[in-house]
Amino acid sequence: MSVEVAHITKTFGEFRALNDVSLRIRQGELVALLGPSGSGKTTLLRILAGLEVPDDGSGGVSFHEEVVTNQPVGKRQVGFVFQHYALFRHMSVFENIAFPLRVRPRRQRPSFEEIRRRVMELLELVQLSGVGKRYPSQLSGGQRQRVALARALAVEPRVLLLDEPFGALDAQVRQELRGWLRRLHQEIHVTSVLVTHDQEEALEVADRVVVMNAGRIEQDGTPEQVFHQPASEFVMRFLGQVNVFHGRVHKGRASFEDMAFDYPHYPHDQEQRATVYMRPHELDIHRSSNGVPSLAARVERLNPAGSSAKVVLRTQQGQDLLVDMPLERFRQLGLAPGEEVFVVAKAARVFVPDIAPEYMI
Amino acid sequence: MGTASLSHEASADGATAFRVTRVVTDERPWARWLLIGVTVTFLSLFLVVPLAAVFAEAFRKGLGAYLASFRDPNALAAIRLTLLTAAIAVPANLVFGVAAAWCIAKFEFRGKSLLISLIDIPFAVSPVVSGLIYMLLFGMQGWFGPWLAERGIQVIFAVPGIVLATIFVTFPFVARELIPLMQEQGTEEEQAAVSLGASGWQTFRRVTLPNIKWALLYGVILSNARAMGEFGAVSVVSGHIRGKTNTMPLHVEILYNEYNFVAAFAVASLLALLALATLVLKTLVEWQMQRQVTEALELREET
Repeated sequence: MSVEVAHITKTFGEFRALNDVSLRIRQGELVALLGPSGSGKTTLLRILAGLEVPDDGSGGVSFHEEVVTNQPVGKRQVGFVFQHYALFRHMSVFENIAFPLRVRPRRQRPSFEEIRRRVMELLELVQLSGVGKRYPSQLSGGQRQRVALARALAVEPRVLLLDEPFGALDAQVRQELRGWLRRLHQEIHVTSVLVTHDQEEALEVADRVVVMNAGRIEQDGTPEQVFHQPASEFVMRFLGQVNVFHGRVHKGRASFEDMAFDYPHYPHDQEQRATVYMRPHELDIHRSSNGVPSLAARVERLNPAGSSAKVVLRTQQGQDLLVDMPLERFRQLGLAPGEEVFVVAKAARVFVPDIAPEYMI
Repeated sequence: MGTASLSHEASADGATAFRVTRVVTDERPWARWLLIGVTVTFLSLFLVVPLAAVFAEAFRKGLGAYLASFRDPNALAAIRLTLLTAAIAVPANLVFGVAAAWCIAKFEFRGKSLLISLIDIPFAVSPVVSGLIYMLLFGMQGWFGPWLAERGIQVIFAVPGIVLATIFVTFPFVARELIPLMQEQGTEEEQAAVSLGASGWQTFRRVTLPNIKWALLYGVILSNARAMGEFGAVSVVSGHIRGKTNTMPLHVEILYNEYNFVAAFAVASLLALLALATLVLKTLVEWQMQRQVTEALELREET
């Protein structure tokens, strides 16, 4: 196990940022910590780095089976990439990257030529060979991000930690850098942990996604698992758009509004409240109900601008409903605003309090 | 003040003409001239004329008499003492100021605002009171005076007292200059340095210090000017012993009271020159700082 976090709790005054969190990361894995602000993801990252110390008496952190809980950040050999890069503004790009090599104790410090060679190598790795002499203020946001990454890699880190690495960049640069980071990780294969609040980023870049909420880990799995088999309502809501309906379950049936379907996971006689979640792309629109469980709704707005068409409808009880469908299907249907239609669910997820979530239909 | 911008505009015959665009915040000409006039008159009356008077008085009996004033051993002793005092007080406050600013700007702790208020005390209190504090502490009737006197250490009416009083009145300058800048710069760069394996000292020398050097120099210049020019606090603890405990400002006063105007203004002219040199240095440093701030802003905007 490359990184192991065991039973860590961290409080700031009254606020409990992390609550008994445990996590194991394998050698060479790229893990994303995903969650809203205040979920504890950045605190966990900073504890991994040694920039924060877990509460006394709570668990610890180990790298490669070596306990590092009480090791100061400088001794842990981690590469930390800060959200706003934290480049040294008075040093050139070259000097920024050379910094971790120059501050080593004299006996471990590489020679002048060696430092130069290593910095050049790193500049090439992050595709910035020509800019060594420039200062951070003369670089674009994406370039600064890459310098910060090269500087962190100069430490020869056992673990690379990235705090919202693309948070401060505009959408297009972000997209480019994501792909670039993915390729870079395949090339150098250093164990990496990335913090983000952007679910798309986490799903796209990471091998594994750890969804956090209110100081706890909600779910830990592959991008596919957390997206398609969410372990909790929170994960369901946080990863992508979702339509939420409040209904009930009773004797093997689930129902909400005018829609009812089989739900064999709740065979009990006693009626229970339940929440039904349906992703927009898991819904389809039909002109007639044809006896299939469906929901009557009126078309409100149509937006075919994009890779798929978005249709906003209103149910009879006045709730908005979003449907995402392929453009072909959209053209075939030829919907018009105000039209009364039937929404059919290809999949839905029912959460009953105190019962593990189950997939239905 | 009005700012005018020139804009290129092609005129009818195809040649390029310049047009001056008035900015809406422009004052009418008479108002502009009135404001400028008032400012210039005020500055001349209260700054330029007195400064010129110092030099005029100093040179009234010619260059010979002016230079002769500096052959007086007492004048030389006063200059030497002033330089010595500044040479001790300024480095002491440099170290203190950096340490205080460092802990206030980069750490959170209880009593931080109290510490900031304490640093401001010398600005708030009259220099005479500052002097009296030292009399109370180290004078023969004071708390530690008799104890020190038994061991043959004299603080009041001696050089140590002058140095202490000077340190007291000048200690806010460096800290006050650094705290806002260091707070604005935050701790991210330091955290980065530490995470990259730098020790505390390496972080300070290679990251923090280069980022604050101009503000630090600015604080040192101001601190030095005050250290050399301080009158009130030093006057209380000095005892005015000629050739021994007189600093330049005290020496000027004594000469003046003895109607020795040429000598008094000759020494005063040195202090005036110091002030002018301080102003020039201050302007240069401010200019550098401004550049740094602009760069920092650009850095922030782009990110």
